[in-house]
Formats: sequence, C-alpha cells, structure tokens
Amino acid sequence: MTAALIAWFTRVLTGVRARWHGCAPVAEQRVYFANHTSNLDFVLLWAALPVELRRKTRPVAARDYWEGGGVREWLAGRVFRAVLIERRTVTRENNPLTPMLDALAGGESLIIFPEGTRNPDGEVNPFKPGLFHIAKARPEVALVPVFIENLNRVLPKGEVLPVPMLCSVSFGEPLRLADGEAKPQFLTRARDALLALRPS
Amino acid sequence: MNLDSQTLWLLGGVLALLTVSSVIGAVLSMRVQSESGRRVVDNLNARTRAWWVMAIIFGSALALGRTALVIMFALTSFLALREFITLTPTRRADHRALFWSFFVILPLHYWTLGIAWYGLFVILITVYAFLFIPMRNALAGDTEHFLERTAKTQWGLMLCVYCVSYVPALLMLNVTGTRAGNVRLIFFLVCIAQLSDVLQYVWGKLCGRRPVAPKLSPNKTIEGLVGGGLSAVAVGAVLWWSTPFTPLQAAGLAAVIVAMGFFGGLVMSAIKRDRGVKDYGDIIPGHGGVLDRIDSLCFAAPIFFHLVRWIWT
Repeated sequence: MTAALIAWFTRVLTGVRARWHGCAPVAEQRVYFANHTSNLDFVLLWAALPVELRRKTRPVAARDYWEGGGVREWLAGRVFRAVLIERRTVTRENNPLTPMLDALAGGESLIIFPEGTRNPDGEVNPFKPGLFHIAKARPEVALVPVFIENLNRVLPKGEVLPVPMLCSVSFGEPLRLADGEAKPQFLTRARDALLALRPS
Repeated sequence: MNLDSQTLWLLGGVLALLTVSSVIGAVLSMRVQSESGRRVVDNLNARTRAWWVMAIIFGSALALGRTALVIMFALTSFLALREFITLTPTRRADHRALFWSFFVILPLHYWTLGIAWYGLFVILITVYAFLFIPMRNALAGDTEHFLERTAKTQWGLMLCVYCVSYVPALLMLNVTGTRAGNVRLIFFLVCIAQLSDVLQYVWGKLCGRRPVAPKLSPNKTIEGLVGGGLSAVAVGAVLWWSTPFTPLQAAGLAAVIVAMGFFGGLVMSAIKRDRGVKDYGDIIPGHGGVLDRIDSLCFAAPIFFHLVRWIWT
C-alpha cells in the first residue's frame, strides 16, 4: 500500500518511463547497477519496474543512513526491504558483500550503486569493486546497467523537498564476467556500459 | 449540469469528426504501400487516438462544471511547467524558487480562479510571483547567469500557468449571462485553436511547398498556414450560433485565435530548437508533450479573453 503510493508519487513528480534498450522487463534474477546522483535514485528505478518485478527486487543501501530509527528505518525495512550494508567500519564480520550474496541466494534481484556515493553534478565516478565480486560469486545472475537521468535536479544533495522534473530510466544489455577477466578491466567495461546509456 | 442542447450539438460534432478521422485513418492504413507513407499514416492514427483521449477528458470536464475545469487546467499547467523546466537548464540555487512555483504559486493561482477573484487572478503571477522569484533566487546567493535563470522560471510560470489559465478564466466573464454560455465560449476558443493546428497540418501535408520559417519549424508551410487558417476561420464563423457573437465577429475572433496560435507554435519551436530537441516530452503519443499540444492555446487564450472582456462586457 505505502509502496504503491510512493511509486505513484514518484511517477507524478518525474513522469518516469522505463526505456528497455538491451533487455526486456522479465522476471529473471538480476543485479541492476545504476549511476548515483540523488537519495531518490533507488526509489525511481524501483518505481520504473513493473509491479511483479518490484516485489522481487531489493535496493542495497547504507546502514548508517537508513538505520537511524523513525521513518527512514521503517521505509528501508518494511516498504523497500532494503539490504543494508556497512560502509564506514568494514570488518571481516560485517563484510558488505555478505548480505548482498545472502539476498541473491534467496532468489531476489538487487539494485546497487557501484560508485559508492552520490555524485551531485551528474558525472559517473569509477566503480567500487563490489560489482566484480558479485559477478564472480554469482556468474549466472544478469548484471543490468541502468542510467538514471535528471534525478539530481529533482532532489539535489542537501535538499529535502523535491521539484517535479521529467526523468528517464534506461536499461541496457546485461553484462557477465568474461573468462579470466581481471577486476579493473571488468569494472571499466561495466562503467562504459552504463555511460553508453546516457541520453545525448 | 452545464450542458444545454447547443453544447450537446457541439460535442456531438466533435464525436462525428473524430469518428470520420478514425475511419479515414483506417482506410489509409489499409491502402498505404511505401515505407515513408506507412510512417506518416501510423503517426496520423496515433494522433487521432490521442485526440479521442483528449476530447473525452476535455468533454467530461466541460460537462462536470467549474471545479472540474479548473482542476483539469491546473493539472495541464503542472504537466506543461514540468516539461518546460526540465528542458531549461536550472542550477542548484533555483531549487527553492522552483518548489514555490510548482507547489505554492501554481495552486494559489488556480485557487483565485476557483473562487473567481479576478483582481488577484490577473496580478498574482504578473506582479507578486514576478518579484518573488528574483527575491528567492537572490537569497540563494548564486549570481551565475542570475538574470537568465530568474527569467526562465518567470517565463515558465507566465506561459504554462498564467497564459493557460485564461482558458478556464472565461468562466468568470459575464458575457453570455448563463453558465452554459460560458462553457460554449471555452469550447469555441479550444476548438478553433486546436482545429487550426490540425487543419494547418492537413493542408500542409496535402499541398505544402514553401516553408514559412525553415529554421524553426520545417513542417509549417505557407500553403498549410493559409489553407488551414482560412478553414479554421470559416469554422469559427459557422459556429457563431453557439456564441454571443455575430457570424462576422465570430470569424474575426477566430482569425485572432489562428494568428496568435500560429505565433505561439513558432515561439515554442524556437525554444525547442535552441535546446536541441524536437518535442517537449512524450506523454501524448504522436503529438509529443503537453506543451507541444497547447503551445498555440498559450498565446491565443489571454488575447481572446481580454478582447472578449473589453468589447463584450
């Protein structure tokens, strides 16, 4: 109910339409990896998916931001069923990969932002290695690049109130780790696949 | 109920016109051979289908009355402003002013319409918002392209909110003496403005040769403008019985709507070319964005309103 309401409100704000360039919206297990410019990124990507895919797709988010109690924790835990990961004090016990691989083992799809942090000017930073480790651990899962356009203007970093702005979400061709592909090459290839989706 | 028998005749006419268009579209679709012809016919049919949807929404709002009309045009303004601002490069510092524009000024403006407060309706955006936007932007502190950025937000409000709202504002006029009469005045304005666009498109496709402004809009031709414009004026004259005007007056007002609508389309095309896009959006299949569909109305509505108010009240 809340989820449907939030998805609807996001659509009103952004008029978002999913553009499926490299794959179709089918119910296979996927990791959607997208550029990160706004706190609303995963909400928009999630709202752009058909309802039946939404139910099986969980965003990966920072524990320090989403576990402060109150509305945020409720949204992350109940509405979006976020996979919360550590990003400040990473130890062997709270390795951020573990909860993501657990969620994948449970048959669910993930939304991740491999840049690690928001980039308010709309550029795309080099990727953190998490995507590579997922690709290596779960070679059968399709890694789908997703470019989110314009959302940094809807809710810029530091603002609380959103402004309506047309946004687009473009889904590209799924990626898989090639035989013997090294980490830097794979991460560059994944980032290039994401950039190729940027509308001119 | 806002519909009397005259209005029902008008809506029936629209229904008949759309039915004929759909039949013609279906026949063309069966006959067309070439690849390029196929594209034109597919686009034509998409346009006709979208016209059905738009006519049903507009017709329902007319039938439901004042509140429905005001809400429908407020939503139209919202969608148009969203398209306009998306296309306009704004900066971080514009964020708060934009929030005010969408969520305070726009609803407030349509509220003045809803309660028929004419005095505030004409100055809320032209005076108060005009001064407020630069004030808010100055507080944000970013001086880069200050005048340009402020002007863009003001333009958005003027075009997408103020000018568009002059269509339902016709309900405030005391020309016809009856509510149904005012509803027919709205029908006259919208019908002539949109029909003029359609007829210019049809004449242009049938016998268009020389473009009027090749740099701005390659599809607008002199033949389309003259043929479509004159046909729309003729329709305006024929519809005189549904208005407070004589046939000659109705033709004259239709000519004003056609001329203003033509320039509205031209100006909005110039902005699109400057930004390097073909359409403002893709919400209406075959037409583009909301702003692509109402650009002519934006320019025609305020002039039509004030002419009628000046001469007939």
